[in-house]
Amino acid sequence: MDMSVDFAGLKLKNPILTASGTFGSGLEFKRFGDLESLGGIVVKGLSLKPREGNPMPRIAETPCGMLNAIGIQNPGVEDFLTKKLPKLPWKKLPVLVNLYATDAQEFGELAAVLAGEEGVAALEVNVSCPNVKEGGIAFGQDPSQITKVAEAVKKNAGNKPVIIKLSPNVTDIATCARAAEDGGADGISLINTLSGMAVDIERRTPRLANVIGGLSGPAVKPVALRCVYQAVNAVKIPVMGLGGITTAEDAAEFLLVGATAVQIGTANFLRPDTAFKIAEELPKVLARVNAKSLDEFRGSLKLPK
Amino acid sequence: MSANNCRAVKVVDITPLGHSSPGEEIVELKLEYPGWESGWRVGQFVMIRPVSWPLDLIWGRPFSISNADDTTLTILFQVVGRGTKRLMELTKGDSVNIWGPLGSFFSKPKDRPVLMLAGGMGIAPFCGYVDSHEQPENLKLFFAHRPPLENYPYKTLSDKVEVEDIQENKPEDIQTIIARVEALVKEYGEKKGLVTACGPTPFLRTVQRAALKYGVDAELSLENRMACGVGACLGCVCKDSEGHHTQVCTSGPVFKATAIDLEG
Repeated sequence: MDMSVDFAGLKLKNPILTASGTFGSGLEFKRFGDLESLGGIVVKGLSLKPREGNPMPRIAETPCGMLNAIGIQNPGVEDFLTKKLPKLPWKKLPVLVNLYATDAQEFGELAAVLAGEEGVAALEVNVSCPNVKEGGIAFGQDPSQITKVAEAVKKNAGNKPVIIKLSPNVTDIATCARAAEDGGADGISLINTLSGMAVDIERRTPRLANVIGGLSGPAVKPVALRCVYQAVNAVKIPVMGLGGITTAEDAAEFLLVGATAVQIGTANFLRPDTAFKIAEELPKVLARVNAKSLDEFRGSLKLPK
Repeated sequence: MSANNCRAVKVVDITPLGHSSPGEEIVELKLEYPGWESGWRVGQFVMIRPVSWPLDLIWGRPFSISNADDTTLTILFQVVGRGTKRLMELTKGDSVNIWGPLGSFFSKPKDRPVLMLAGGMGIAPFCGYVDSHEQPENLKLFFAHRPPLENYPYKTLSDKVEVEDIQENKPEDIQTIIARVEALVKEYGEKKGLVTACGPTPFLRTVQRAALKYGVDAELSLENRMACGVGACLGCVCKDSEGHHTQVCTSGPVFKATAIDLEG
């Protein structure tokens, strides 16, 4: 079965990508599989200037999931472009860069830095990080801000497709999806993590130094699937689905509700080769459920009459 | 196609050591050697996650490689939380996903005395250190521990190298341990030796303070909660000597005492 996908002009050899923040720069996973067998990778969120991120502890395991409050620790966009990108096989592997900034102007500046980089396939704009005090989720919860950020990035992104990554921590995901589309986004991805918390009753302390963190993993999959379903039906631009995908069957579920591609996130921690395995197994799963093609299967969910 | 360093191996043996209390057992887990083409180095670690684990437990668990040969790889763990409690349920023949070897490793200088400072479960990597060192007569182990010695693989070490231990039975014993660690570090500094250490953070902090105070060449192996073990999740960071966050899994777990800040 032909697994290739066109996502907003981006040619992917299959619909399996890795999610930002769970796959490093990609180089960390070279020992566990062939990066070029993936549809693409989305690298850890980058900002204009380096960021130290939040204090420790930053992660906590919860039933069927985990909380994180890393706080966009990153070495800055220049460091990535000069030290990491040249080592990635970007000619054969679409490398999507995840952008983080604290206001629309800064997002625009970051987009301008990346626009001329041949090795960058597309920009994924993080308007939904729940773990930083400034910006992040504040944008993601305000549709007019989502539009503004999308416009700012699009204006400076040259010919790079712009994907807005949405937060599930909103009242109406369809409105947010449309807000991204209105701002000129070429696609959307969702969901970022769900805002969550864990505490220790012995010590009477929160398990994360940041107190609140973002929940990911299989625990959030039903929420993610619902959000993707609603977003697909709200916009014409393509949708990348993520949230708790751990198997090829899970990936197929997101395609069934209409996602054009999917990202593998927390499952990369179950085994570091999970994304490679899913990319390998997806065709078999689609064949098993009698999909004629990826296009035929995508969005073919039969709703009750 | 690159080689995949995440492999499924079988449990060869799993044995609680000594007579530790239920719920706090110290366990020796022997796995089939994962067949790493490039071998491994003492101080490196592995992530393991039993194949049978349900999605309830998301992460693998990081453990120092205690020892390994052509057929088996040994790790030590103490039952402390829900992950290690479930590891304890493994039996011979069960399959375990293992990825590694990960991280940095201890130096093994020739013709220099080496002091090995172990706190509790920090004894693990020194089993391999002693077995792989060409001049065991240059090695000395100091071991600080709470449970009795028979709960640790102490005898396998005391048969081969000079050893000394202090058991922490009451809070005052901590001061005795600190004083002894400081004296030993100073002594090895005067001998132009190398100090290696593995154990809980307060123990390592003691070693680091003494090493910096006397200008002694020291290497510390840190532990931290980890989700990925390969540098991606950024959940295990510590502060480097310039105050920047750095991953314990990839920059460490073994750091020069001068390279990190354990005081913050």
